[in-house]
Amino acid sequence: MAILVFVESAEGKIKKTSVEAVCYAHALGGPVVVIAFGHVDQSELEALGKYGAEKVLHAADEKLNKGIIQAYASVLGKAMKDENADVLVVANSSLGTPVAARVAIKVGAGLASNIVSLPDTTSGFVVKRSIYSGKAFAYVELKGQKKVLALKKNAADIKEVGKAVGVTPYSVEVSHTDLAVTITSSEQATGEVLLPEANIVVSGGRGMKGPEHWPMLEELAKALHAATGCSKPVSDMGWRPHHEHVGQTGIKVAPQLYIAVGISGAIQHLAGVNSSKYIVVINKDADAPFFKAADYGIVGDAFDVLPKLTEAIKRAK
Amino acid sequence: MKILVCISHVPDTTSRISFTDNNTKFDTTGVQFIIGPYDDYALARAIELKEGSGATVHVLNVGLNDTEPTLRKALAIGADEAIRVNAEPTDSFFVASQIAAVAKAGGYDLILMGRESIDYNSGVVHGLVGELLSLPSVSPVMKLDLDGRRAKLAREIEGGKEYLEVDLPFVAGCQEPIAEWKIPNMRGIMSARTKPLKVVDPVSADGGVKLTRFELPPPKGAVKMIAADNVGELVNLLKTEAKVL
Repeated sequence: MAILVFVESAEGKIKKTSVEAVCYAHALGGPVVVIAFGHVDQSELEALGKYGAEKVLHAADEKLNKGIIQAYASVLGKAMKDENADVLVVANSSLGTPVAARVAIKVGAGLASNIVSLPDTTSGFVVKRSIYSGKAFAYVELKGQKKVLALKKNAADIKEVGKAVGVTPYSVEVSHTDLAVTITSSEQATGEVLLPEANIVVSGGRGMKGPEHWPMLEELAKALHAATGCSKPVSDMGWRPHHEHVGQTGIKVAPQLYIAVGISGAIQHLAGVNSSKYIVVINKDADAPFFKAADYGIVGDAFDVLPKLTEAIKRAK
Repeated sequence: MKILVCISHVPDTTSRISFTDNNTKFDTTGVQFIIGPYDDYALARAIELKEGSGATVHVLNVGLNDTEPTLRKALAIGADEAIRVNAEPTDSFFVASQIAAVAKAGGYDLILMGRESIDYNSGVVHGLVGELLSLPSVSPVMKLDLDGRRAKLAREIEGGKEYLEVDLPFVAGCQEPIAEWKIPNMRGIMSARTKPLKVVDPVSADGGVKLTRFELPPPKGAVKMIAADNVGELVNLLKTEAKVL
């Protein structure tokens, strides 16, 4: 039985979390069929073969250029039938997760999201999910043959296992009801590393003292090819846009390295960063609770440490 | 205009998480329960809509009778009526099926909830409910305005926002800054005591998913402190020890 993978793209490039989803599907075993929507570079689609895709479907219908949850779910449900797929794998995202939910109902599949690792198949099919905002895990058994799996970042390692494949156009009929939601416009940062995708995140808090000091943080982020984030007070005060807010009620990140500058480390902020592999905390208050959750700490003034750190990173390259 | 707000009953964000019964049950000892923070935003927006153009707001929770104080709090914030589906909220499909059954019977124009609950973090219930009811679903919604039967929404996407329009009825998973959280006042708390709280039986629903056990992450090692005038040492450790550069 085939495994279908829904891949997302940004600025024509396949998202890294979607490449992880392809690798996850390959590791599950069984032929992997990938489906992408809208504008995507053909070479990017072909390259998915390297990660284990045997077949790449491209639904290039312009009605699907924008991510409409209902329409995408209908196409995915149909593609599962057409490709004889029992399993759908997606990366958790603002689009992927709600789409996965609707597909699960359409095809009558067991659903699990926020999955952190490959399943245990020694008896049945058991996945490990991140719960309580990263403070715990739950093991969940999916009993049926049909499954919809939404993955948290880093659920699978990216590995090249094959070579590029051709792209098959996938024609779809999108019904009127599936297009009940109209996307009128969008604003999106371009040319930046997206926060949920980033391997390294540099975040600033109130200790940065004002939005005018952000270039200093951005310099460090640039040197590290990192995304920038911020704490809730910073986004509440309008110093930075909401999509950069990392924490319990903002974005939850899972980078290799998280660098927090001038953030005290309220438990609500930690809930957004506790899946990071390594955490560096720079704060002038030696008693900041964030140090307890950190791997490396520097007690010092952000305006003094940041430029020095940026220089040291540049030199080390 | 009838609005249904679905709320989860979850441990306070500052709770220490632990389990009992061989890691199969959540340990509620000393834990304070609250309205899910994302659901609280949804509720606040519903109350604003009620105060603005007039609406009836019902709140719904799937839970056993220990969740009633949480529902009473939602009534104190301004909801008109509470409904409790008398069942343990075992998984997303089960909860979504209960919400869909209540929504179908109630004929609501708008079904709001948080983008996810902060206990199981599934982020799928709005999509499940939408599909079960054949209604559009949008999430995560950070702005929701109504112009008659037409809603104008903003939805957060990775690295930005999307602006959308859709006709009522639909389902929305909400997040900040859709509204400011509301704190119940004395009058609200008093009136909440006499507002109706209906208890209904669950419908049967099996999504083929079973939680087998919980696990806590391994404890974090001690932090390594580095002098502020020695950032080179930090870069060195990130390179050679953490191997993340």
